[in-house]
Parts: sequence; C-alpha cells; structure tokens
Amino acid sequence: MSATPGPAAGTPQVPDTPPAREIAVVAFAQSDHTRDSAEVSEAELLLPVLQDVLGQAGLRAGEIDFTCSGSSDYLAGRAFSFTMALDSVGAWPPIAESHVETDGAWALYEAWVKLLTGDAETALVYAYGKSSSGEVRDVLTRQLDPYYVAPLWPDSVALAALQAQALIDAGATDEAALAGVAARSRADAAANPHAQLTGPVPHGPYAVRPLHTGDCPPVTDGAAAVVLAAGDTARRLCDRPAWIRGMDHRTEAHGLGVRDLTDSPSARLAAERAGACERPVDTAELHAPFSSQEVILRRALRLDDAVRINPSGGALAANPMMATGLIRIGEAAQRIGRGDSRRALAHATSGPCLQQNLVAVLEGEPR
Amino acid sequence: MTPTSGTPEALSAPLVVEFPFTRSLGPVQSAFLTGLRERTVLGVRTADGRVLVPPVEYDPVTAEEIRDLAEVGTTGTVTTWAWNPAPRRDQPLDTPFAWVLVRLDGADTALLHVLDAAGPDAVRAGMRVRVRWARERTGAITDIACFEPYEGGEASEPVPHTGEFADPVTGITTPARLDYTYAPGRAQSRYLAALAERRTVGERCPSCRKVYVPPRGACPTCGVATRDQVEVGPDGTVTTFCIVNIKAKNLDIEVPYVYAHIALDGADLALHARIGGIPYDQVRMGLRVRPVWRDGSRFPDHYRPTGEPDADYDSYKGLV
Repeated sequence: MSATPGPAAGTPQVPDTPPAREIAVVAFAQSDHTRDSAEVSEAELLLPVLQDVLGQAGLRAGEIDFTCSGSSDYLAGRAFSFTMALDSVGAWPPIAESHVETDGAWALYEAWVKLLTGDAETALVYAYGKSSSGEVRDVLTRQLDPYYVAPLWPDSVALAALQAQALIDAGATDEAALAGVAARSRADAAANPHAQLTGPVPHGPYAVRPLHTGDCPPVTDGAAAVVLAAGDTARRLCDRPAWIRGMDHRTEAHGLGVRDLTDSPSARLAAERAGACERPVDTAELHAPFSSQEVILRRALRLDDAVRINPSGGALAANPMMATGLIRIGEAAQRIGRGDSRRALAHATSGPCLQQNLVAVLEGEPR
Repeated sequence: MTPTSGTPEALSAPLVVEFPFTRSLGPVQSAFLTGLRERTVLGVRTADGRVLVPPVEYDPVTAEEIRDLAEVGTTGTVTTWAWNPAPRRDQPLDTPFAWVLVRLDGADTALLHVLDAAGPDAVRAGMRVRVRWARERTGAITDIACFEPYEGGEASEPVPHTGEFADPVTGITTPARLDYTYAPGRAQSRYLAALAERRTVGERCPSCRKVYVPPRGACPTCGVATRDQVEVGPDGTVTTFCIVNIKAKNLDIEVPYVYAHIALDGADLALHARIGGIPYDQVRMGLRVRPVWRDGSRFPDHYRPTGEPDADYDSYKGLV
C-alpha cells in the first residue's frame, strides 16, 4: 500500500467565509474505557466525567448555556434511556438541552452552531455508550435499510470486511499492512491511561475474512464530555483553547452497492468544507473502528506520513459507541492544549462502512 | 434516617426486545419485492441511464423521483466479498458463507446478499453467481435464499418492465429480536436489594439535601452523585391520584382502581403505586397510606390507608 497519496487534486476548494464567531474546545474528559461497566448505570458512568470536564473549565452545573448529548437507545435496549442520563447533568430547573441519536461529535456540531448564532457563550457536550448491554454486532444491523438489508442481519464486522476486501482487491492495502495499523494504534494507546486495548495484541484469527480479530475495535463501555466556549469566554476558562476553525459533516448514498467502498468522498468533502486543505495539519485523530478504514480515510483526506495519526490509539484501542467520535475531537483539542499540536484534524464517523463523516479543524493560538 | 454502608452486588437481568416492524412500501420497492416473489429481479433506471439494483424510489445522486423499471438477470458478478466463518442467529445461512455484493447482469450497482460456497478459497471478486430462490416466497429480500456459484457468461441487456404483478406486495413485516442484559447500576441495585428486605431506601443529595426515592445515583437538580442512603417510610401520604377505568392487558386488577403519587415519610420525591383497601371514590389527597406486601414479592403489591387523620396540605404541597 501507499501511505503517501498524491497531492491534492480534483475537487476544487469551496471558498467558505470564516465562522462569524470564534469557538473553542476549552475542556475535555473521558472515562476509563472498559469491556463491561455493569456495576454502574449510564448516569453513574457519566457523573465523574461531567464533574471532571466542568471542573477543568471552572464551571458548575447550571452555569452552562446549552447542553447537547449523543447516545443511542438501541445500545441500552430501552426507549428514551438518554433522559435518565440527564440526571447527571443537573437539568432542573429546566436547562436548554438537546440530544442526537448518533455519535456525540454530531452533538458537538449542534452545540457549535448554537454558539455561532450567539445564543450561547458556553456549551456542554457529552456522549456515552454501554455496548456491553447487548450484542453490538447485531444491534447495529438495526440501523440499516429496513427493506433490503436489515432482514439479512449483516453485522458491523461483516460490512467492514466487505469494504476491506474491496480495498485489498484495489491494491490499496494487504492483511500485513492492516495488522501494522492495528499494532501501531495499540502501541500508541499504551500512553493513553483511558484506553482499553493497549500494547501487543495478537492479530488473531479471522473475525470475518479478510478482517482478523485484531483489525476490529474492542467492545467498549465508556463516556466522554467536552466544554465549548466562545471568544473571550474561552480565553478566560482555558489557558490554551483549541479553536475550531471549521467543521462540516457529509453522508454517502445509503445503498452499499451504489458506493465505491474503497473511497470516502463524503469525508473528503467535509474536510474541504471545514478548511482542512488550506494548510497542512500536523495531527489527525481519525475515527476508524476498523484498521482498513484508517487506510481509506488517509487516502481520502490525503494525509501523508508527516501527519501524526491517532496518537491516542484511536477507536482500535477503545470504542465506546456514540462517544468514540467525540473523543477524537477531545483528544485533538487536548493535544493542542498541551502544545503537542499546532493544527489538528478530528474526524468522526457513523453508520456502516464510513457512511457519515464529520471533520473538524482545530488550532492553538501562536505562542 | 440511617446512612448504611456496604454495596450489594450490582444486579442484572435478561431483557429481550422483540418487535415485528410493519412497513409500507413505495411503488418501486413494492414492484421489486413482488418481483422477487415471482422469481423476477427488477431494477430502476436513472435519468442518466444507469440501472440500480436493488431499486430505490429516488436517484441517490440527483434525488429525483425515478420510476422506470427494468428486468435484469438472475445471474451476476461478485464485486466484493467477505468470508463469515461463524454465522450469527438471524443471518440467511447457518453454515459458513460469504457476504457478497453482486452486480446482477444488466445492473450498474450491486446488491448485498450471501453466497453459499465451499470455502473462502472458492470465492473471489469477479466470480459468476446466480440466485438460489427460496422455496417459499412472500415478497421480501429473503425470497433470494442466497447466491450460488455459476459457470456462465453475462446475460442480456435489461428489459423494460411495467412492474405490474397480480396481488402486489404493499408492505413487509420484519420481526426483530435483540437480547440484552439490563444492569441498573449501583444506586438502583441498592434500592432493589433493600426493597427485597421490605425496606425502602432513598439517597440524599449532598448539596441540596433532598432524598430521592427511588434513587438513580444522581441529583437531577444539582448534577452531583447522591451518597448517603436514607431509609424512608414505610408510611406515606397521597399527594395526587387518578382513577383508572380501563383494564390493562395482562393485569389482573378490577377497574376502577386508584393509582397515586405517594410521598413516603422522609422522601423528597413521590413514587407511584396502586391504592387498595378503600373504595376508589374515597381516596383523597393527604390520605395516609402504608405498603401491603405479598409473600415472595420483591416490591409492595399496593398501599392501603393507615387510619390516621389526613396529612395537612402544607406538609406535602411541595411534592405535588
């Protein structure tokens, strides 16, 4: 495989006016991610994460202008389970609140838009998933086309494997290269105290060929939260805010057989619209639950070897469904906050085979 | 109020979610699924001349409504595949098989299905396959039982089709079952464990001092963890109530009966339960009640009057 795709070409850059208001990530927290958190409810899983993120920002519950969360009732198997999680937020007296039934990265997008309108100065975004409650491979089949696809129960690993085989047949990767992606991710995750799967992990037998068990993400319970703030509020709450320079999300056609599974035009378009191509990024946190999807995203987003990919270990090291994408934004922001990155790309995905893609570009202020 | 220590083991229980989704079909979906019942595969033609199989109601690129149907072959070519060594419960085959995207002859897009093949070495992109029809067909994607290997060249061009069949399928019912293990967490496990000993234990917010029953581990006002356990009741006060006149399915209680909010003594949140042992039309706000337990039950069957004078409205008005 080539890890160094060619220079940007093809789609012309869409000239966007810069966001009217500066918005930044000022705090990020996440749980320790585990295979099974049966000892805690969703609210109990979230509480310490929310306390942590609010503590970092120096805010109390009730001082936040807007709250938005991402989760899926299908993971818990209970309708409106997300309303129970609101107990951990301090939602009374009534707060301005919203929820997305997908990854929390999209909740962050909604909060970002809310701040851009000037309706809010601060926003709390959180997401959680307890995949241990059910068989997540089967649960995820219920998000598929209910007429032609869901009755066949194609599980999430099977669909990723179809995509991986197409990528291998296209000559873009091979099983050894995929094993390398998985190994690098888990080696990097050894420095991430929250990660679940770290260090040497066997590539293992085929889960669904060509994907080995090592190419697949762990099944994870976990939660994450971010505080966003605008302009001078952000500067007041945080020594080194991670400014969101642009953010966009796009989707593919829903028919798997209509798409070129080896490419991610929606991720590329989102990146272009977010301004990712205007200047190179030094870091990319890619939401690639399967090793093969990292290969697709690197090609689609034209990230060369100079870009540090998933220093956190990424989704291959911890995959709390509905929080994994939000964590990518948080990890990128934290890296900027530490001074390890000047300009980072954060990506989130949802649905089968990179169906929906969100890209955010974050920057620190020059020192 | 006695803060108690010690956490019982977190509870868990099986939870099965099962639903027969009934969905109506659009005209293109109806023609396609009825066609499968009649061993005919239909695609839909886009404005730029491509034939989409499976067919959709709207062009995935332009979003325009598309209705021109065309019959394509029942043989095709694998575009990509994945070998599944361990079939899962509801998948189409119960022996190892390949997931495949198949471009049927005459089509420009691929259909997701499964391929019955001897093993992964017998499968490759570009291989020729044909439909194996299900013996009993109802108008569903599963009318294609699977694909099977086929030695033969590409069939002819797509043929225009009216999409009209006798007795068209207009809807599908797709049963789905998901198996979960429900774990209520620390606070609710403690509550349920105490309830099994016929004690009602709430939890106090360290910030606003309110006692929540049942506790869920967090104070919804302050957004902090509740810590101290506080035994409340057993007696309480009806804060408000309603008279139920419609018999619930699978519930062996004669109507009318009263369902009430009850503020247990010492609790800052009313819980709800049935009121018995008093004619339904004599239940009132302020009525003092106590739980009635049945042998072997983990929770009170209902609450009955204590016989005390009614509580003063001011004593519970904050909980109405």
